[in-house]
Amino acid sequence: MTSPVALDPELESNAEPVKAEQKLEGRSPGQLMWQRFKRDRTGVVCAVVVILYFVIALAAPLLTKISGTDPYTLYGQDPTYADKPILDQFGLPLGYFGGVSGSHWFGVEPQYGRDLFAMLVYGMRTSLFMALGVTVLLMATGVVIGLIGGYFGGRTDYWIGRVTDFFLSFPQQLFFIAFMPVVTAFFVDPREATPTYFRALAMLIVLWLLGWMGMARLVRSTVLSLREREFVEAAKVSGASPWRIVRKEILPNVVTPILVQFTYSLPSTILTIAFLSFAGVGFVEPTPDWGRLFAAAANYTEQDPAFLFFPGLALVIFVLAFNLLGDSVRDAFDPKSGR
Amino acid sequence: MFQFIIRRTVGALVTLILIGAATFFLFVAAPSDYASLACGKDCSPARLEDIRQALGLNLPIHQQFWDFMSGIVMGRDFPTGHCSAPCLGQSFYSGDMVWSTIMDRFPTTLTLTVGGAVVFVIVGIGAGMIAAYRRGTMVDKVATSVSMVLSSFQIYVLGPLVLLIFVYSTGWMDNPAYHPITDDPWKWFTGLLLPVLVMSTIFTAQYTRMARSSMIEQLAEEHVRTARAKGMSNRYVFFRYAWRGSMIPIVTVLGIDISSMLGGAVVTELTFSLQGIGRLAVDGAVHKDLPLTMGVMLFGAFFILIVNILTDIAYAYIDPRVRLS
Repeated sequence: MTSPVALDPELESNAEPVKAEQKLEGRSPGQLMWQRFKRDRTGVVCAVVVILYFVIALAAPLLTKISGTDPYTLYGQDPTYADKPILDQFGLPLGYFGGVSGSHWFGVEPQYGRDLFAMLVYGMRTSLFMALGVTVLLMATGVVIGLIGGYFGGRTDYWIGRVTDFFLSFPQQLFFIAFMPVVTAFFVDPREATPTYFRALAMLIVLWLLGWMGMARLVRSTVLSLREREFVEAAKVSGASPWRIVRKEILPNVVTPILVQFTYSLPSTILTIAFLSFAGVGFVEPTPDWGRLFAAAANYTEQDPAFLFFPGLALVIFVLAFNLLGDSVRDAFDPKSGR
Repeated sequence: MFQFIIRRTVGALVTLILIGAATFFLFVAAPSDYASLACGKDCSPARLEDIRQALGLNLPIHQQFWDFMSGIVMGRDFPTGHCSAPCLGQSFYSGDMVWSTIMDRFPTTLTLTVGGAVVFVIVGIGAGMIAAYRRGTMVDKVATSVSMVLSSFQIYVLGPLVLLIFVYSTGWMDNPAYHPITDDPWKWFTGLLLPVLVMSTIFTAQYTRMARSSMIEQLAEEHVRTARAKGMSNRYVFFRYAWRGSMIPIVTVLGIDISSMLGGAVVTELTFSLQGIGRLAVDGAVHKDLPLTMGVMLFGAFFILIVNILTDIAYAYIDPRVRLS
């Protein structure tokens, strides 16, 4: 993962004097972070794993072209594939481990005979990119609200704080579920079927409305301590406008906590989306989605446990890699936080 | 201390009223047609009008809001019958009163959340403290890496796996089910043992890591060094001095985590086919049964607020500075 901080010219001008004195060349905090991160072998391996997942998700159409399958065809029921039976008379996959074979790499779904490999890579595509969008949106909202609250302080800060507290007092995951039909009902006539893109939009809105608070709090508290620092005062004295101070003096210094928070919230957003689909209020049949696979797997476990194996293993490795990556990023930014 | 509790309770009440208002305006007064949701898929205009009348949707919005809020406190009358004291309305889908449905289902969820919380607090913090006490040894390494791996297992991955091992293939346990504790405490315990353990796994692992790092941080504090310098025994310093300080960040997170336990309860109930209020919320959302969903939400919010007050009290007990602010 290349660090955006290291490439940020603004940051270099704001390099903390203490750190600059220690090293004769005068490295920016971003460069220091990158050096520390490179030395952390676990962190690098995890970063590679995480990037690999995103590459797989991005290349899903290519991968399914190679495997020659797609996530929608019912290979078990479609008459075109009748010459190659993959399900027995009970609807269970023939062969070993959920019907793993040359044409169906991860086996097939019981009952329908859909290809698990195609469903998984396409499902990852849905989940990962949706989560990426939601997380970026959450970060942006949180940063703006936190900056306003932290920088202007006083009454503005007080009310923003109360609103944040109010949103935090919701039982979040319960509200995610409950708000889904409401948000959908805002736009779609309840008597009609909801189109898939609309479900995605509704999820985006719900996750966004109920998820920005953590980031806002973090940014606010960071800004609050930065506001009193000498370099901000110096900028004020030299006549910089509030907008310039926020943009040039404060924002570059908040990048670190934002980036750390980002590596923690992306996996949790992915899991939340999976949770919604698992509960049956997110993506529904036949949209391939990671969470929906688990809902299906829970039904098939007794007869065909292999169906759970691949999506489950993929998820566990992904979350593990992301958690370790988050710790490494945090350690690289802040070596004092000993594990 | 007493004043502190009063202040927090009043604050919680205000929040609850605000949440009630927010849900009401989102659900009932939203631009979509509430009555047509109540009416269902094929709905004649005459029937729609009847329903509108029955739900009082013809009344001005502030009147409707007042009816709704006062209904919660005093009960209200529907054309289909009386709805007594904490009236959260009547389900569109089943026609039952929402409050009684919630009360039927609540014991399952309560057992899951409270049981889960007890497990993860005791096991998680215990393991974390042992790891910190034996820092750098094999015990510490095992605890840290096991918790790292376990915290990456989601309930919907671990749950079916556990079911497969303990129920489907070996038959060591019965399929998880809820039995009232008043009927048979042993059945109650064994019936929900697997779900509770699975649900608390992720939290247990997270708390192990958190307790460990918090403890290690505390052990580096100056008051701990002073205690050691005075010649106190290692164990005394550990459990008397460092312990208290290390609990402060953990209790803060605990309050937030209990609310995510409710989310965990949703997944657990779905994975193990249990009938709790998490299931109810999902059913409500899937059937677009707004009164039911709204009732579960308000109830959930109420539950969370009570838990938050309790954690605040615990917080104030551990850290005297909180009481003064």
